[in-house]
Amino acid sequence: MSDLHTRAARGEEILKVEGLVKYFPIRAGLLKREVGRIHAVDDVSFTLRAGETLGVVGESGCGKSTMARTVIRLLDPTAGTVTFKGTDITNYSRRQLRDVRREMQIVFQDPYAALNPRMTVREIVAEPLRIHDLYDNHGGRKKVDELLERVGLNPEHGNRFPHEFSGGQRQRIGVARALALEPQMLVLDEPVSALDVSIQAQVINLLAKLQEDFGLAYLLISHDLSVIRHIADRVAVMYLGKFVEIGNKKDVYSVPAHPYTQALLSAAPIPDPALRGKREHIVLTGDVPSPAAPPSGCRFRTRCWKAQDICAEQVPDLVVRASNHPDACHFSEVQTVVPTAEAAG
Amino acid sequence: MSSAGATQHGAPLPEAPLGHDPTDDVLLQGLQFKARSQWALARRRFFRHRLAMGSLVILLLIFIAALLAPHLTSYKYDELDLANTGVGPTFAGRHFFGTDQLGRDYFTRVLYGIQTTGRVAFLVAAVSTAIGTLIGALAGYYGRWVDNLLMRFTDLILTLPALVVLLTLSALIGEGSPVKIAFILAFLFWTYLARIVRGTFLSLKEKEYVEAARALGASDRRIMFRHLLPNSLGPIIVNATLTIATAILVEAFLSFLGFGIRPPTPALGALISAGQGSMLDLWWLVTFPGITIVVICMCVNFVGDGLRDALDPTQQRASG
Amino acid sequence: MAEPVLSLKDLQVDFHTEDGVVHAVNGVSFDLYPGETLGVVGESGSGKSVTVMAMLGLIPQPPGRILSGEAQFGGRDILKVKDDELRTIRGREIAMIFQDPMTSLNPVFTIGFQLGEAIKVHHKEMGDDQIVERVVQLLRMVGVPNAEDRVDQYPHEFSGGMRQRAMIAMAMANDPAILIADEPTTALDVTIQAQILQVLNKAQAETNAATILITHDLGLIAEMADRVIVMYAGRVVESGDIQTVFHEPRHPYTVGLLDSLPRLEADEKWLRPIPGQPPSLINIPPGCPFHPRCFLREGREVCRTDIPPLRPAGSADQKSACHFAEELKGHRSKFADVAAEGPAS
Repeated sequence: MSDLHTRAARGEEILKVEGLVKYFPIRAGLLKREVGRIHAVDDVSFTLRAGETLGVVGESGCGKSTMARTVIRLLDPTAGTVTFKGTDITNYSRRQLRDVRREMQIVFQDPYAALNPRMTVREIVAEPLRIHDLYDNHGGRKKVDELLERVGLNPEHGNRFPHEFSGGQRQRIGVARALALEPQMLVLDEPVSALDVSIQAQVINLLAKLQEDFGLAYLLISHDLSVIRHIADRVAVMYLGKFVEIGNKKDVYSVPAHPYTQALLSAAPIPDPALRGKREHIVLTGDVPSPAAPPSGCRFRTRCWKAQDICAEQVPDLVVRASNHPDACHFSEVQTVVPTAEAAG
Repeated sequence: MSSAGATQHGAPLPEAPLGHDPTDDVLLQGLQFKARSQWALARRRFFRHRLAMGSLVILLLIFIAALLAPHLTSYKYDELDLANTGVGPTFAGRHFFGTDQLGRDYFTRVLYGIQTTGRVAFLVAAVSTAIGTLIGALAGYYGRWVDNLLMRFTDLILTLPALVVLLTLSALIGEGSPVKIAFILAFLFWTYLARIVRGTFLSLKEKEYVEAARALGASDRRIMFRHLLPNSLGPIIVNATLTIATAILVEAFLSFLGFGIRPPTPALGALISAGQGSMLDLWWLVTFPGITIVVICMCVNFVGDGLRDALDPTQQRASG
Repeated sequence: MAEPVLSLKDLQVDFHTEDGVVHAVNGVSFDLYPGETLGVVGESGSGKSVTVMAMLGLIPQPPGRILSGEAQFGGRDILKVKDDELRTIRGREIAMIFQDPMTSLNPVFTIGFQLGEAIKVHHKEMGDDQIVERVVQLLRMVGVPNAEDRVDQYPHEFSGGMRQRAMIAMAMANDPAILIADEPTTALDVTIQAQILQVLNKAQAETNAATILITHDLGLIAEMADRVIVMYAGRVVESGDIQTVFHEPRHPYTVGLLDSLPRLEADEKWLRPIPGQPPSLINIPPGCPFHPRCFLREGREVCRTDIPPLRPAGSADQKSACHFAEELKGHRSKFADVAAEGPAS
């Protein structure tokens, strides 16, 4: 445990993703020839350090879930590299991945589908230990009970089945399962989106506490800008398979430079009626293009009010431009969209 | 901000029951009082299905009676009694179902016939379920060329003219033995289940709990046996039950034609076949085995219906 | 103060299920005034959807049962009118928009046909040409581009946002007096949500319909509603003017709800979740349904024995169903002072 903390304190790099690409072929015809591709993830790069949280925010179809699954090697990358704790795992076979899997785990979005309905809670949480031969009859049960307590569940309920628990409790079971192998990194794919608002807060607090206790690194995927703001240290905004802006949370939220980020922030609801009429509302035109046929050049140009010819010709690189953090817009310009208040911590 | 008695700073416990009343705790947890597995729920649903329950009882009675044959009747099934041929159903001499052309007690013959039929039917169901599940599971799980190969093989079996194959094989290698006939039938019956299991595995494979198992490093075998199979048991059980009914009918049909189980082993179909010549005057020779077949098949079908309703996943509720 | 266009009094709805009787709605009353937007806020299980579905006769009885209640609209009690009369009211005088437009639209008929049907049913005197003209006009009003061509398209050819626009068009087609929107944007991305809200505002402005907006999204309510009612376990626990309720809530549930939201515009260390789970509607806690999770209760017995009535608290028309609402005097929610800071431009 303390080992993790020192690592976190040192800011050691846990994950390094470079030029990650994931395409899904579209097949048709008798011989199932590839007639097209879904460009789910296109040239994504980032690093993740011990103990920190990188939030990836984007709307549906932007590829964030695919990216998360590719990073954790549930999917095979089409191109690019994934380096975990210094080891290149991009092309690791399943056998090679088995040991790596102990260090990186994933929590899924849907608490109703993420747990095997025919297994008891105890069996679900014990499974990772059994798979890796870590479950001995005496200590194993104790460990499972400990895990259940850690996530705020009563171990006495361990013999029950998932359908007897509420959504929030099921999500906790999923977290307990993910922690069983003592990973150093957790990928959280929309961990609270399927939960009621009051339960979301419980799970968010739980995740924050666990991160503090275990020095975990989080790769947090969400479409909810408020949740990301709360948990993340750094934020990346994703659109149609690419990062369009990345930086410290405060910077991205208060001085965004990419028009999509600005539109996203301006559309995010804030539960203060007094802001009505006072907020800048950027309303985008049109719908998101299909990832099977992304626009040339800058993919956002079809909905962007700043679009010019160059946007169709040149793909903008993710570099520092108008603001203090990188963005990918030829005409990047800082515009504060979210009223910032300094709340008491 | 002054909220009376609000939680403190520092991490509040994720689950902090505030009431001191023990009922608060339970209400707080929102859990039911008894742990109930999916099986228990299904069992409860099945018990409510009166037709299925009734049919199950009848079936059990029939099969128990057949098993207890030596105790229910003092005759042997091949015991000739030429002095009492063609006797109608009567209480005299306890010939409840009468006797056949050779004076054999028909009640005994029918009982032993049920035994044979039952044995064949269960064997067919077991073997075809095993084969079908295996092939369907492999095809559904591995997909791609494995799926292609196995499904084309399945299609091949399906295109065989069942009747011709059945008759040919039973004539060639059947030798009238119940076990061999059972295997021949199983050889043709597994295809339906293979398709179903393949479909079920294909859809379950994408479920998040399977992804989770993969993310934990689970082996293919573990995923198939621990995750996919238990959740596919519904359709498998239902199909196995219905296979029993079909097997009984087909076996009867084969035996009736003389291709199936041969005398002296009693089989319901063979009994009907032997009796059909004297159908008009010795009507009981055809009637009793016939009714038995019909009753068994109907009951099996009702039980199958009950199981399908009980195990139907769309009837599972989510809590909350 | 004008007369309410809809007045619901003491609605009670039960559902008879395999596991027992679900008390979905337990004495809900509210008034809806012409031209206003009334927000109905609650989490899953609060009974907010069942309330309006019961009013419109959309609850199958059995297994549902309306035990009591009165809904005064246009001089009659619509809970008691015959089915055919209710059918003329539905779709014409009271229109409804649901969460998932894909299931509300028939996939085998064109959008134009379905909108046309919606009009024809209530305007049998209109000729086919007139109807087509009106349909195109409506689609234009909700911002569907190339309306004349898209009229002949099928629902699957429309994107999610476009379908919802078509639903709004269908709802507005007959100039309803009341529009009910049940989670209209929950299934949509936030940038599409912004577009749809714009359309809703426009539709409201043009027809001056009174709107009931049902959602769990407090930000959405803050953006759109004039007044709000907060529901919990089938009851109204707080009601009032939107700004008053959101800035100075007077029910511990509302307080907890607002407190548990992560903030878009500020940083906090820990959220203050409401402990526990929403109650089972089969076994609703005795007395105040919120008492097992309430921070204000402090062990007081009356919360467990007496159901608190909805009575005036706080300022203006604010009402709260709490025995100790006065103790929340002076409490301001964390969103109360956001606008004061203002965006730094």
